[in-house]
Amino acid sequence: MVTFLNVVIAGLLLGGLYALIAMGLSLQYGVARVLNISHGEFIMLGGLTTWTLYTAFDINPLVSLVIVGPTTFILGFIIHRTLFKRLLSSSTSPGIFESSSMLASFGLLFMIQNIASIAWGPEIRGYSYLAVPVHLAGAVFSANRLVTLGFATVIGLAFYLFVARTRLGKAIRAAAQDPATAGLMGVNINNVLALCFGFGAAMAGIAGMLISMCYPVHVVMGLEYTIIAIIVVVLGGLGSIPGSFIGGFVLGIIGSVVTYIDPGLSLVAYYLIFILLLLVRPTGIMGK
Amino acid sequence: MNTTRVDLRKVWVPGLLLIILVLLAALPVRRPGYTVILVGSILVYIVLTVSWVIFSGPTGYISLAPAAFFGVGMYASAVLGMALPLPVVICIGGLASSCLALAVGALTLRLRGIYFAIFTFGLVELIKHLLLWYEINMTGTRGRFVVLVDNNTIYYVMLAILVMTLLAAYLIRRSRYGLALQSIGQDEEAAVHAGINVTALKIVTFGISAVFVGAAGAIWATQLTYIDPYIAFNPLNSFMPVLMAIFGGVGQLYGPILGAAVLAYSREVLITEFPYYYMLLFGIMLVVAILYLPHGLVGLMQKLWLRVSGGQHANT
Repeated sequence: MVTFLNVVIAGLLLGGLYALIAMGLSLQYGVARVLNISHGEFIMLGGLTTWTLYTAFDINPLVSLVIVGPTTFILGFIIHRTLFKRLLSSSTSPGIFESSSMLASFGLLFMIQNIASIAWGPEIRGYSYLAVPVHLAGAVFSANRLVTLGFATVIGLAFYLFVARTRLGKAIRAAAQDPATAGLMGVNINNVLALCFGFGAAMAGIAGMLISMCYPVHVVMGLEYTIIAIIVVVLGGLGSIPGSFIGGFVLGIIGSVVTYIDPGLSLVAYYLIFILLLLVRPTGIMGK
Repeated sequence: MNTTRVDLRKVWVPGLLLIILVLLAALPVRRPGYTVILVGSILVYIVLTVSWVIFSGPTGYISLAPAAFFGVGMYASAVLGMALPLPVVICIGGLASSCLALAVGALTLRLRGIYFAIFTFGLVELIKHLLLWYEINMTGTRGRFVVLVDNNTIYYVMLAILVMTLLAAYLIRRSRYGLALQSIGQDEEAAVHAGINVTALKIVTFGISAVFVGAAGAIWATQLTYIDPYIAFNPLNSFMPVLMAIFGGVGQLYGPILGAAVLAYSREVLITEFPYYYMLLFGIMLVVAILYLPHGLVGLMQKLWLRVSGGQHANT
């Protein structure tokens, strides 16, 4: 019973991270229509930046949130304003934009990864922060994982409220449903799409910051998280932010259970779930 | 209106192709050594790109599975290379890839475009991790050695595979199946209503395109001499054909050939000249090609030709 609880709580802790990563991708794909394969590279940038700030400048990882978040946001915003906006205006149909923007994001992946490997080198980086044991319902966890879960949940809820309650949030929802009509209704569509892409990048960056507190980070870590994010987004339903949030926790628990059985099989299990999902219910948990 | 041009092409194109083929076949005799290996690797990329275009060009379904087919071919060669003669191994590599493609196609080709791309990409990673898990837990080793084959033999086999790929691509394009594939790409719904068995056609074409990739993988593995799941199922082998095809232009058959030849050669140069910036330059090329060359090199050439020839055919 205790091990079962242990596994489930570990899954929840992992799920918080997955949920945060997936919400970022969900924004980029659900609203901006960019299936951003370089999503994980923003996670990597966030993680390695936090590592540098902590080891070189002795800045608390949680404080570096105010540096990492805005930086990745601006990076994402600029990338959308320059690259994807141009692609959007030159694409004749949404389908063509989806495939060409996906390929362009592969190009971004290579560029960011190469620049990062020049800046940070291939070493695996890690540091110890808040690695104190916490007793929880008979099981032991390190405090940094709980902080991670807390941050992921707060950011997820805050963003959900932002989209559901504010004027800009309404514009984002309108743009997700029908960009052309939203534009006719006076929504500055280019701005909203770039904002969403920036928010997605910022969530990835913050997730990278949280990951660096718990796990070692390195230059080629991104793609694995991108794939997990894609699986969670499909699991939760494309474009649904609550869906991604729930999907993240579901996948986290599944991953934790499989890891308990055989650690080598967790990625294999993710792919199998993904394949089954695409075959049985491609619209996901919260999809229409 | 264009009769003179068409007549010229009828003589020019086969003649030019024959000359290129003879030159390629004579290469190992005239310039043995590194040049053969270099041209051989360019041929591999042309095979990968053209077979990608056979399916993805007309239908518009972006397949990121070439690395899976290529890897299956490589592993077929590594597992069977010692026991069976080379031609049989290559055939088995091709057939195994084709079987995988048929299974994947039957499962997933009902999916919408972008899902298909994600799925095929996930497939490469799934096979890689399954194989890694199997090798670590069951055999206790990682990677395998591949039987050695003479460089010139590799080259000629590759050339033969290339010729077959091009023939298949040309024949499919010319046939009514090619037309049907194109109508799927234009409007799948309309194609269904026109009486085309869309699903069967997609699956079979996907299977055919995988044969050549698997065969190329089987012979390519003998050049590498050692493979492991990371080498065999390198996702870059999926992206390169896509990039090369887009870079060259998928509208014409010679577009992907041109794109693959130019990029594979510049890749070799970039890797040796700028090993640290290779990925960066590659990424920039990918983005620039997507942004500024929507119809690829061929589109650019046609545009320039129009300008040079004074826009006589501007309305055609």
